[in-house]
Amino acid sequence: MIRQMLTSLAALALAAPLAAQEVAPDPGDWQTVTETARGQTVYWHAWGGSNAINDYIAWAGRTVRDRHGVTVEHVKLKDTADAVSRVIAEKSAGKDAGGAVDLIWINGENFAAMKEQGLLFGPWAEDLPNWQFVDVEGKPAVTADFTVPTEGLEAPWGMAQIIFYHDTARLTEPPRSIAALADWARANPGRFAYPQPPDFLGSTFLKQAVMELAPDPSVLIQLVNEESYQTATAPLWAYLDDLTPNLWRSGAAYPQSGPRLIQMMADGEIDLALSFNPNEPSNAIANNELPDTVRTYVLDGGTIGNASFVAIPYNASAKAGALVLANFLMSPEAQARKQDPAVWGSGTVLAMDKLNPEDRAGFDAIERGIATLTPEELGQTLPEPHPSWMVRIEQDWTARYGVGQ
Amino acid sequence: MPADISTAEPAPPRPARRARFLPWAPTLTLVVMLGPVLAGLAGTLAPSVGLMPALGGTTLSLAPWQALFDWPGLPRAVALSLGVGFAATALSLALVILICAGWAGTRPFGVIERLLSPLLSVPHAAAAFGLAFLIAPSGWIARALSPWATGWDRPPDLLILQDPAGLSLIFGLVTKEVPFLLLMTLAALTQTRPGPSLRIAQALGYARVTGWLKTVFPPVYRQIRLPVYAVLAFSMSVVDVAIILGPNTPPTLAVQVVRWMNDPDLGLRFQAAAGAVLQLGLVLLGLGLWRLMELAVARIGRAWIASGARGQASVEQTLRTAALILGATAALAVIAGLAGQAVWSLAGLWQFPDLLPDGFTLRNWQRFGPHLSGPALETGSIAACSTCLALLLTLACLEAEHRHGLRPATRALWLLYIPLIVPQVAFLAGFQTFSISAGIDGGRAAVILAHLVFVLPYVFLALADPWRAWDRNQDTIARALGAGPDRVLWAVRLPMLLRPVLTAAAVGFAVSVGQYLPTLLVGAGRVPTLTTEAVALASGGDRRVIGVYALAQMAAAFAPFALAVLLPRLLWRNRKGLLNG
Repeated sequence: MIRQMLTSLAALALAAPLAAQEVAPDPGDWQTVTETARGQTVYWHAWGGSNAINDYIAWAGRTVRDRHGVTVEHVKLKDTADAVSRVIAEKSAGKDAGGAVDLIWINGENFAAMKEQGLLFGPWAEDLPNWQFVDVEGKPAVTADFTVPTEGLEAPWGMAQIIFYHDTARLTEPPRSIAALADWARANPGRFAYPQPPDFLGSTFLKQAVMELAPDPSVLIQLVNEESYQTATAPLWAYLDDLTPNLWRSGAAYPQSGPRLIQMMADGEIDLALSFNPNEPSNAIANNELPDTVRTYVLDGGTIGNASFVAIPYNASAKAGALVLANFLMSPEAQARKQDPAVWGSGTVLAMDKLNPEDRAGFDAIERGIATLTPEELGQTLPEPHPSWMVRIEQDWTARYGVGQ
Repeated sequence: MPADISTAEPAPPRPARRARFLPWAPTLTLVVMLGPVLAGLAGTLAPSVGLMPALGGTTLSLAPWQALFDWPGLPRAVALSLGVGFAATALSLALVILICAGWAGTRPFGVIERLLSPLLSVPHAAAAFGLAFLIAPSGWIARALSPWATGWDRPPDLLILQDPAGLSLIFGLVTKEVPFLLLMTLAALTQTRPGPSLRIAQALGYARVTGWLKTVFPPVYRQIRLPVYAVLAFSMSVVDVAIILGPNTPPTLAVQVVRWMNDPDLGLRFQAAAGAVLQLGLVLLGLGLWRLMELAVARIGRAWIASGARGQASVEQTLRTAALILGATAALAVIAGLAGQAVWSLAGLWQFPDLLPDGFTLRNWQRFGPHLSGPALETGSIAACSTCLALLLTLACLEAEHRHGLRPATRALWLLYIPLIVPQVAFLAGFQTFSISAGIDGGRAAVILAHLVFVLPYVFLALADPWRAWDRNQDTIARALGAGPDRVLWAVRLPMLLRPVLTAAAVGFAVSVGQYLPTLLVGAGRVPTLTTEAVALASGGDRRVIGVYALAQMAAAFAPFALAVLLPRLLWRNRKGLLNG
């Protein structure tokens, strides 16, 4: 009797890891995916610093629970790197199945790093039912994340673009190019700040600057090499040497994140700021964080835009549930709600001409926020440089401006 | 009991076996406290020499150290960490000594004592946020003075917060370390019984402060030396306060290590590990330097004592006044900072230079209040469990000491301080990997165990002295009346020491409430507490949200302190003698 029990226990112990491996779902067989997903809990690790976004994630979670029986737990991060660290720690400890992270909101360098280290599950994104609506042709960023091919390892769920914002009560004619920005700062010292690189937004400001200033911007989308780097970045350093003394606190201190700029604008410490979400100032106005005299604009030559994605770690516990959630996030319904400035106001990844009329009507009905630009005003986005550029530029920026010389 | 129990998994003792468990309690306590720290340190040392197979690091290499030393900010970051640590510790200690020397036993001192618990229960990050809003050029003080006194209708471009010398960081640390050191000093004072020596000194014509410094301070310092070391180590390696108030071009070493750990470039993890090991070395160096300073001060002090100088009344008065003003400033800064957060949590639009918001609204509380209950419950249950476990282990150790004479040698006492002295950045990442390998991570139980590592030392330190100071004659009398050791414990000793036990529990509870990194790393992000939610939301920078969560966090930490004061009064309202435990 006891021996029998022991044997079956041993069998269970052996079977458990096998079972964990076998559940790796095939997104091509969507029927099975949704059946497997039912009853699963998806731990979605996503930045938790915005109330609007947290509320949207809670709504998406409620909806997939009601429709597909998938429970979504939003793990609120202060930094996407925390989720990446978690997966690395699990891999270090040999936990190749049953991981704690099921879905990560990710893009850019974090994606490039996880892809390179083989920490992602997939490919799966291009097999999702809702992939058919994605604007692959019109928005190249949805398959090239900072120029790194996504290869189906992550699914796009939002578009972002650099915008600048200013309080019209204090500043009526903001500078409309990177060069004009330096002139304006010289005349108004201490009233502009960008977050300290390697903060996401701060680094993007440097990218925007190098794109406008480089003699030949086309080299930026290729892998960096010593010669192209020196040629392309020399004007950037000259520009920053000129700009830095006129920055907020003369560049002796930097804001540590993008959202901090909103508070500084509200406090009157700065007159000009930037954001990666064209709707962020409108949201802040609605939340009493900014006065309603704040307006946004883009630079005359266009600004950098990119897509953000969701990815599944290689050792996720609820892969099928994560697929169902990712598919829902790409649905016309979820995308239209996300684009509504009253909810979040993040740009859609879908192509309007691929949608049926009812779904398109959902997008047409959206009212823009008071400080939000129309798609026409936002214009064509500039592509992100290759990530290898950013590593070099961030290192040099730190050596030049980040250690107090 | 078999001998290998000392290395077994920590588990709460079963009451039936208590008698046989007691002799093992000190060993078990040390294993619970030190095991995770040592495992974590090993997990940090390996990547610092290039070993981290998950990221392709399979060969021994000094490249991470090379990269660390190539970082141009290193000399300044190291200097900052040392400077901030020493300045904050020395200032806090000086202030505490002067307050005690100048004011012990007076009416203002009573007020200070009453303020201690609330001040202790303010989480560091909340205090730092409050302070930042107070002293920034666009902050509350500037608003109160603008534009009528300063002429500013725009905040001036002044570098007050995040100044490169770390002055605002030092100030922020002092406001939080003074209450902690004061608490420890008060405990030491009850043991060293300063009354008689102080009376003799004053009879011999010594002025108040001089007499205190010459007769009371030397034995008191011996008692609070380890807490001072803990303060020094903490000030050198603090991360959350340093991010809010400290400089960032470059930041302190600990902050830079965290930045590297968070960098998308995974290759920096090796460099981060090397930085974490350097941080540990820096703390050890700092402790060594402090020890040298102790020796020097002792030498000078002995000469000063031997000189027989009685102290000048004018100097004395200046010192006393300065101590009171500085102490009050530190306390007021924390209180005003909290008030600022309370106002923000109710604020509509609030622009410079308005002293108060345009309008008040309950919207923020309506919006976030419902989200508070889940994390609050989680915070409370984790804090309650880890505090109970810590209390149980501490009481078991103290009883073992009492019954079996297993008094830890003074030399072993410093082991208690290891979790407080080893920088968190140096072992938590390694501890995470260890707990995943051991299969104990990702749940509430694991988080409780992780919190126990930090709660236990504080509970032990808060309880040990009052426990040992208990009058043993009570034991003799009770035993003579026929009570066994267990009955003495439950029916005599615990009721008499109810107040210190509850105070120790409150300290432990507050420590648990404030834990961020251990909760996040060991809980796999699946155990949301008020603190993890507060930190995530604070990354969005909205002062209204930060205000709501800071107040909730503070309430969670403060409630047990209030209970510790009220409960004994309620229970012993007709046994006045028991109140003084």
